[in-house]
Amino acid sequence: MSVSENRLAALEPPRASLREKLFTWGAWIALGLILAVSFRGAQIGDLYLLGKNSSNTQAYLQDYLHPDFSSWGTIRLYIDKMWATLEMAIWGTLISVLLAVPFALLSSANLAPQWIVFPVRRLMDILRSVNELVIATAFLVAVGPGALAGVLALALHNTGVLAKLFSEAVEAVDNAPIEGVRATGGTRLHEIVWAVIPQVGPLWTSFALYRFEANARSATVLGIIGAGGIGQILFDNINSFNYARVSAIAIVIVVAVTLIDIASSAIRKRLL
Amino acid sequence: MCGEWAGAASVTVAKAMKLRQDSRSSVLTRAGWANPPMSSLVEVQSVSKTYVQKAQGHKPSRPFKALDGVSFSMTRPERIGLIGPSGSGKSTLLRSLSGLIVAEVGHVKVLDKTVQSAGRLGEDVREARATMGMIAQQFNLVGRLSLFTNAALGLLGRINPWRGFFGLWNADEKQRVMAALDHVGIAERAGQRANTLSGGQQQRGAIARAIVQDAKLILADEPVASLDPVSARRVMELLVEVNERQKVGVIVTLHQVDYARKYCDRILALKAGKIVYDGPANALGLEQLKDIYGSEIESAYWGEI
Repeated sequence: MSVSENRLAALEPPRASLREKLFTWGAWIALGLILAVSFRGAQIGDLYLLGKNSSNTQAYLQDYLHPDFSSWGTIRLYIDKMWATLEMAIWGTLISVLLAVPFALLSSANLAPQWIVFPVRRLMDILRSVNELVIATAFLVAVGPGALAGVLALALHNTGVLAKLFSEAVEAVDNAPIEGVRATGGTRLHEIVWAVIPQVGPLWTSFALYRFEANARSATVLGIIGAGGIGQILFDNINSFNYARVSAIAIVIVVAVTLIDIASSAIRKRLL
Repeated sequence: MCGEWAGAASVTVAKAMKLRQDSRSSVLTRAGWANPPMSSLVEVQSVSKTYVQKAQGHKPSRPFKALDGVSFSMTRPERIGLIGPSGSGKSTLLRSLSGLIVAEVGHVKVLDKTVQSAGRLGEDVREARATMGMIAQQFNLVGRLSLFTNAALGLLGRINPWRGFFGLWNADEKQRVMAALDHVGIAERAGQRANTLSGGQQQRGAIARAIVQDAKLILADEPVASLDPVSARRVMELLVEVNERQKVGVIVTLHQVDYARKYCDRILALKAGKIVYDGPANALGLEQLKDIYGSEIESAYWGEI
């Protein structure tokens, strides 16, 4: 055996330490335990019911296969209600964007001092963590049932979401243009409007459109609890077992949401 | 050898002058703001800046002195080349002149306005900044805005802040911006987005912004470091021209000693945060360079020195 072969044989590939191995095994065991414990609570054991009640399901699906687009009047109703839901989403998104811009700037560590950033971020965390449905129940009491309660609920929740997304974009901006504006003798506001906003503009618009897509879906659900629009007639028809209509409404929603998704992602692609 | 080389440089500069003379626009002088009386352009007094390096692994955090009692002044519009090895404090010094960096110790005055003093920005730092144009290596134009808007930002320190906020430049100001862009030879690209321009064009845009500012002092931080030789020469010649014609002081940090000797009339050399040479560019010889950069400079620059 030559010297170099000896040397190569002595080279050892790296091995995981005992600590690393224990950690890996521990993580797998913990995951297994969580799955086992939650098995009953999630009623996974009742999966067999899917097959057992198949005749009920078949009857239900029968109606679904014949969506009720029978008269021009009903189609008009669906479209009107769908449009009402979109109106809710449009204004909810717009208000949230207007509110999110100042909050985002105030919660960006590179623009605002820490004693402002911290409380504003916590406030946004709270808005974001409360579901639109929960916020809407409060507004339904305050302004009565109707679209406005839905608009305000979407606006508040999305202010929290967009402020976070917006401020993350702001924190990633290039500093050189900001210094460029500062060095001309501009004010803090000048730096924001001439160096920060131009950099984050496309990303902000993209985030806002993305939230609009989400809001169009959320507004449908808000209709179920009293904000009107397509969600309301969807719920009414489910309650009166009119599944042919439920099916038709579901199709209208799917088509509308898909169209919005396609349009907005096309716009977002062009922006970025 | 030194003399020969300096002669060649002045010929090049004179050629550039002649070129510019024809295209120079008179609008600039007509629309120019009244010059305030001044005694000293720049005054830097015993400025020290210490960075604290964060602890890395076993190494504890330790202070790093970027500037160590730096003093100099500029009493008439000169072209100062700031040279020195990487980490010697060139950029720190330049950036503290416009108050982008606040030094703990020392004073900086520009045109008799206090930029900073004893670790604090001066009250009138914005007015001081309005008189300084800044050009950075990483082109500090705003990429998504047009070249025109970028140059117009030079107005921000001069006009009502709200008018600046909404970008409501008046007709005179617009013409002034176009004249400045014409002056640096890129007026035809005014409508183009800054990030579609070449590096050299962006630097010339930054010079145009300084001209719009009616800057009395241009601070350029490695303005040619990422440019090809031809663009670099045009940018340096433009700085010389602005200095000589419009009496604008220029302080420029440079990595290339030959650029500094060719285009500057005074050289400040920094080493470990201290000024180790302050004198005329043509008096900077090999001995001084060895002192600044170490003895290897000889092999790096043989044939040119």
